[in-house]
Amino acid sequence: MNAAESSFTDRLLGRVRLEGLLPLAAPLLAVVFAGVITSIVLLVSGDPPLETLVAMADYGTQPRSIVLMLNYATTYYLAAIAVAIGFRMNLFNIGVDGQYRLAALVAAAVGGALTLPAPLHIALIILVAMLVGAGWASIAALLKVKRGVSEVISTIMLNAIATALGAWLLNKERLAVEIAGSNNIGTKPIAESGQVPGMAIIPGTELKVFGLIILAIAMGVLYHVLLNRTRFGFDLRATGRSESAAVASGVNVKKMVLIAMIMSGAAAGLIGMPQLLGSSYSYSLDFPTGLGFTGIAIALLGRNHPVGIAFGALLWAFLDTSSSILQLREVSPEIVRIMQGTIVLSVIIAYELVHRYQITAGQRRVSKELSGGTTPPRVEGASA
Amino acid sequence: MLHNRFGRLAATALAGTMLMGAAACGGSEEPTTTASPGDAATSAAPGGTGPKVGLAYDIGGRGDQSFNDAAAAGLDKAKAELGLAEAKELEAGNGETDAAKEERLRLLAQGGYNPIIAVGFAYSGPLKKVATEFPEVKFAIVDDEAATGPNISNLVFAEHEGSFLVGVAAALKSEKNHVGFVGGVEVPLIKKFEAGFAAGAKAVKSDIKVDVKYLTQPPDFAGFADPAKGKTAAEGMFDAGADVVYHAAGGSGGGVFEAAKAANGKAIGVDSDQAKTAAADLQGVIMTSMLKKVDVAVFDFLKNAAAGAPKAGTTVYDLKAGGVDYSTTGGQVDDIKAKIDEYKQKVISGEITVPKEVG
Repeated sequence: MNAAESSFTDRLLGRVRLEGLLPLAAPLLAVVFAGVITSIVLLVSGDPPLETLVAMADYGTQPRSIVLMLNYATTYYLAAIAVAIGFRMNLFNIGVDGQYRLAALVAAAVGGALTLPAPLHIALIILVAMLVGAGWASIAALLKVKRGVSEVISTIMLNAIATALGAWLLNKERLAVEIAGSNNIGTKPIAESGQVPGMAIIPGTELKVFGLIILAIAMGVLYHVLLNRTRFGFDLRATGRSESAAVASGVNVKKMVLIAMIMSGAAAGLIGMPQLLGSSYSYSLDFPTGLGFTGIAIALLGRNHPVGIAFGALLWAFLDTSSSILQLREVSPEIVRIMQGTIVLSVIIAYELVHRYQITAGQRRVSKELSGGTTPPRVEGASA
Repeated sequence: MLHNRFGRLAATALAGTMLMGAAACGGSEEPTTTASPGDAATSAAPGGTGPKVGLAYDIGGRGDQSFNDAAAAGLDKAKAELGLAEAKELEAGNGETDAAKEERLRLLAQGGYNPIIAVGFAYSGPLKKVATEFPEVKFAIVDDEAATGPNISNLVFAEHEGSFLVGVAAALKSEKNHVGFVGGVEVPLIKKFEAGFAAGAKAVKSDIKVDVKYLTQPPDFAGFADPAKGKTAAEGMFDAGADVVYHAAGGSGGGVFEAAKAANGKAIGVDSDQAKTAAADLQGVIMTSMLKKVDVAVFDFLKNAAAGAPKAGTTVYDLKAGGVDYSTTGGQVDDIKAKIDEYKQKVISGEITVPKEVG
């Protein structure tokens, strides 16, 4: 009886490990946990949880909202990929925010100042953005490699410097032009040849999806291939896992830090592009900010996996999109922020719990196999 | 060990993200907790026969102690006097895109709200688009005249003229011939305040020293909601010998008042009559305030809209129209009132042209 019971546990755990149900259990646990917390918050604030969530889902699945959601998600995805590149190497690029803002500003100014044939114009703007993002990130990379400065500290500071530099550049004497009758100022609008037309792929609305959603998808594929199918990706992941082991196997860690940070910065440069080339056409005072930080949250949410990040970005975008309807229903829009925070925490906690569970379970199994010397060691066989 | 390192990094990152997040939206979050009266107010005036009004705030929303609040005051007055059927107030989120603003306005228009008021220049582009889509809905936008259309009313203010008057007052009251200006965020709009203030002070005493400090640079808009920064900046000015400091820094102004009190100096409020609205123990240091009557503009627009005839196009609320002014609450400028009014007349008559840009 006792033996059968534990063999059932063993089998269960063995199967879970074999078929990989645990990786599915973690996000499920996270969603349940986040749902419970959000419901409690809604109850406390005096709103009916179910009705509110249904209203959000209702609004979020309308064609218009889907387009808005995809557009948000495009930007978020790029931001999270930029963060994830560093993350995979244990490099914490908090500076994605500053990198993309500066990149978008300079790229917008360059794009506005020139007119070229369409594909060239777009390519040039994107190239400038990547170069600026990479350049700004390389400062932190060099500081780390040459002086051992933590990239967390240096990138946070570089964010502040990027803000100041951006404010200085976004001035009528430098990169900005006045917008007649407005209290806003921005760079000269990018001519039509530099604009990326939207795609009307969602039926039922005239609203268009950012053409650069393709860029986001391409980045996801590139990220996956680079990390998992190239020697560079292997070195990068190895360095992330254990620096000393990587050094022992002949990886030049300093070079890896430099390259990874620069790649992260170049990817960060792309964050502003869908909005700039697909909608704003100019970098002005109301250009969206803080996307770099959203990217950190989404990278954590997606476990740095290209598909996971896509889900994370879509979820985040869904919540952002549906916050408008909450306000219309007299529910505080801060509920959405609470949801987003809760989801990130839930995912981290859930994975940690499942992880520990798996380790404990593994240990238990090993010790059982070791101690059960006389009984048949094949657990699966015994239970079958 | 690996896991520990990773865990620590993750924790650092998370803490960092939250810290950043908190820093980025600190300003807008705090006021919104006090914004709950908004909800109450929305439901408190039901059943009226007037129009259903939609109001879209910029970041901060009701409770920002700045111009969003001024717009809210206009709405409240309209609720009380015009018998609005319903008033819906939505506010912007941090770092949102134009698409989100557009969606907010569209939701209001689709929900049957008419007229709709957008508070803040950031709504310019989105408002223009939505106004074209809903030609039968009347729109108004505060602080912007770039979005134009047959159903758009642009409510703009001559902040530089109002600031000129308080600049005059500051120079007349300054014994050390040294005044200061604290701007919330270095954007063109706030520079208009600075330009007017400096011009006013120099019109009285051409050799007066005017210290200028902006709390943050765009896109960091925290400077409108960070009293600690305001206090530090103003302290610096008082320490350097200034005795009157004018702020155009929204919620950060509270810190300027605290610094003025500690330094035994004087402060000048902005947007609303802050000698009435600031914390009770600080009201005494506010010698006057530059009034930017967003509430009047919002109320006027709603009144005209209720009567069925809002005026499309630009309405400039300048000194002449009484859209900007200075306050006399507390009686601290009573002795120089005649002098200030003299300058006021000169501006109204066109004898003095106040510069909009810092020279």
